[in-house]
Amino acid sequence: MLGVGFLLVAALVVWAIDPFDPFLVYQLSSVCYFAIGAAGLTVLTGLNGQLSLGHGALMGIGAYTTAVVLKAHTDLNPALVMGTATLVTAVASIIVGAAAARLRGPYLAGATLGLAVGLPGVAVRFSNIFGGDAGTSIPALVPPDALSSIAPEVWLTWIGLIPTVITFVLLANLVRTRYGRDFRAIREDEVASALNGIRVARTQVLAFVLSGACAGLAGSLLGYTSNLAAPGSFPLTLSLLLLAAVVIGGLGTLPGAVWGALVVVFVPSWISSLNDTVHLPSAVRDQLPLALFGAVFVVAMLAFPHGIQGGVVRLWQFRASRRRPGAQEQAADL
Amino acid sequence: MNYFFVLTLTGVAAGMIYAALALALVLVWRATRVVNFAQGAMAMTTTYIALAVIQLTGNYWFGFIVALAAGLLLGAVAERGVVRWVENGPPLNAVILTLGLLLILEAVVPMIWGAQIRSFPAPFSIAAMQVGAAFIPVSPFNLFTVGVVLLVMVALLVLFRFTGLGLSMRAAAFAPEIARLLGVRVGRLLTFGWGLATMAGALAGMLVAPTLLLYPNNMDAILVYGFTAAVLGGLDSPIGALVGGLSMGLALSFIGGYLGPDLETAGALAILIAILMLRPQGLFVHAAERRV
Repeated sequence: MLGVGFLLVAALVVWAIDPFDPFLVYQLSSVCYFAIGAAGLTVLTGLNGQLSLGHGALMGIGAYTTAVVLKAHTDLNPALVMGTATLVTAVASIIVGAAAARLRGPYLAGATLGLAVGLPGVAVRFSNIFGGDAGTSIPALVPPDALSSIAPEVWLTWIGLIPTVITFVLLANLVRTRYGRDFRAIREDEVASALNGIRVARTQVLAFVLSGACAGLAGSLLGYTSNLAAPGSFPLTLSLLLLAAVVIGGLGTLPGAVWGALVVVFVPSWISSLNDTVHLPSAVRDQLPLALFGAVFVVAMLAFPHGIQGGVVRLWQFRASRRRPGAQEQAADL
Repeated sequence: MNYFFVLTLTGVAAGMIYAALALALVLVWRATRVVNFAQGAMAMTTTYIALAVIQLTGNYWFGFIVALAAGLLLGAVAERGVVRWVENGPPLNAVILTLGLLLILEAVVPMIWGAQIRSFPAPFSIAAMQVGAAFIPVSPFNLFTVGVVLLVMVALLVLFRFTGLGLSMRAAAFAPEIARLLGVRVGRLLTFGWGLATMAGALAGMLVAPTLLLYPNNMDAILVYGFTAAVLGGLDSPIGALVGGLSMGLALSFIGGYLGPDLETAGALAILIAILMLRPQGLFVHAAERRV
């Protein structure tokens, strides 16, 4: 059902793409990679309770893999390239995830923060492979000859929708399986999960690898979209934007990842289009979106002291108690 | 001059700066069990304020004092204004909240002062000193750095060990319920603790800026180094922060000197992960916290 829904939405988007507005088309590609990245992060943070500030850096691994692979084989099938990027990032995530599975709360956040800040430096250091500060270019995707009437930007968005839909369908099904239940059980209570036969560490690493693979795929798509893999494209801010998309959409909800991605991509351009009516200094205009997302973090945490998840649960219980008089006290206890 | 010796000296000077930021993180952790991921951004903000004051008055020391005062105020306002409400909630919420503060500060500062990289004045020369015919790779500013951080450490030690205020602060941090019963104004002291911590962070910001320049995310990497230093020292111990900071300074100086300066942050990451895997309770905490 969910899969069919995603396909319908995707079809609508493809139909609605205006090929004469290249900027809008570019933004839709951005929504695709943000949605993939946010979907991976929301499974990790929302369902499994592990916070990662390093997913921007993992996207960097995906983009650099794309660049390096394409440098060796210029006209390799994009599906193969994206698959390679996903695989390489997943392997890198095993290392990070194995460390992360032993860490909790602020320690995990600090370690992944180090990843976000440190990894771009590695790309600068080994500049013979990664192109240093200037980065490595990624050739644009061009439609095959039979479809040459389609503009390359539009083609890119169509291609971008395919991995997005595949990711969401796979994740939506996965969270309903035993693995999804194990993720949630560990988030709620590690000891109880272990007593019930869940291998806690292994499951946490699995969640991290799954989430990292999504980040790698998102990074590959980012590379195709911006035609570049450069250290400056993967700052700490990218990781925080992914987190913003997850928090805005609601921790742990896959449709929320799409909403969050839409907000993260379209709010900044909406603010810069405000300039036609309200004249803001360019410094303010450029930074306003980030300040807004920061404020969203603060407000979300203050308004929902038990997390957004807790807020949703409360709301649900409140509605349930209205339907069943007598259950009100029970809800009030929470 | 022996290259190893040079790296050691520069490592010590850098390590004192990391120690100051680690100290800020430790003070906040002790007071409220929150890791303040906005600590670096707060230090960056107070340094920008200092730069504005220095440019206005032409006097470095005015700026220095204002930066410390602004740190005290900023930390206190952050604790009383927003952090107070997540202190006893899930740790994830506190982390996300301080990340929100980080985003806000790193966006608001360039709105006011622009995002371009700025040079920052130093009260003493940052060039290597000359003794006779030989250069020693230590600048007067390095000496100032070491001296002022040690001074702050000693002042804090005196505050916590030998004054009534310090005793109340320790009581408020370690046994808030009992302290409250005994008439300690716990909330107020936690606010003061955050102010004090952010002051230490502001000091780190002032010490970083002359050599590493000032721009809106110039403290991001320093935050990672400071966090690693704090974890190395056990996240709970000011002395641990000092030793952790010095160890980080030396380790990163050697990594940067022998393997390439761009690998410093990645090196910090490797050290952090190694500590967390091998000895997550840090090197300077005797009673291990019980974790389920």
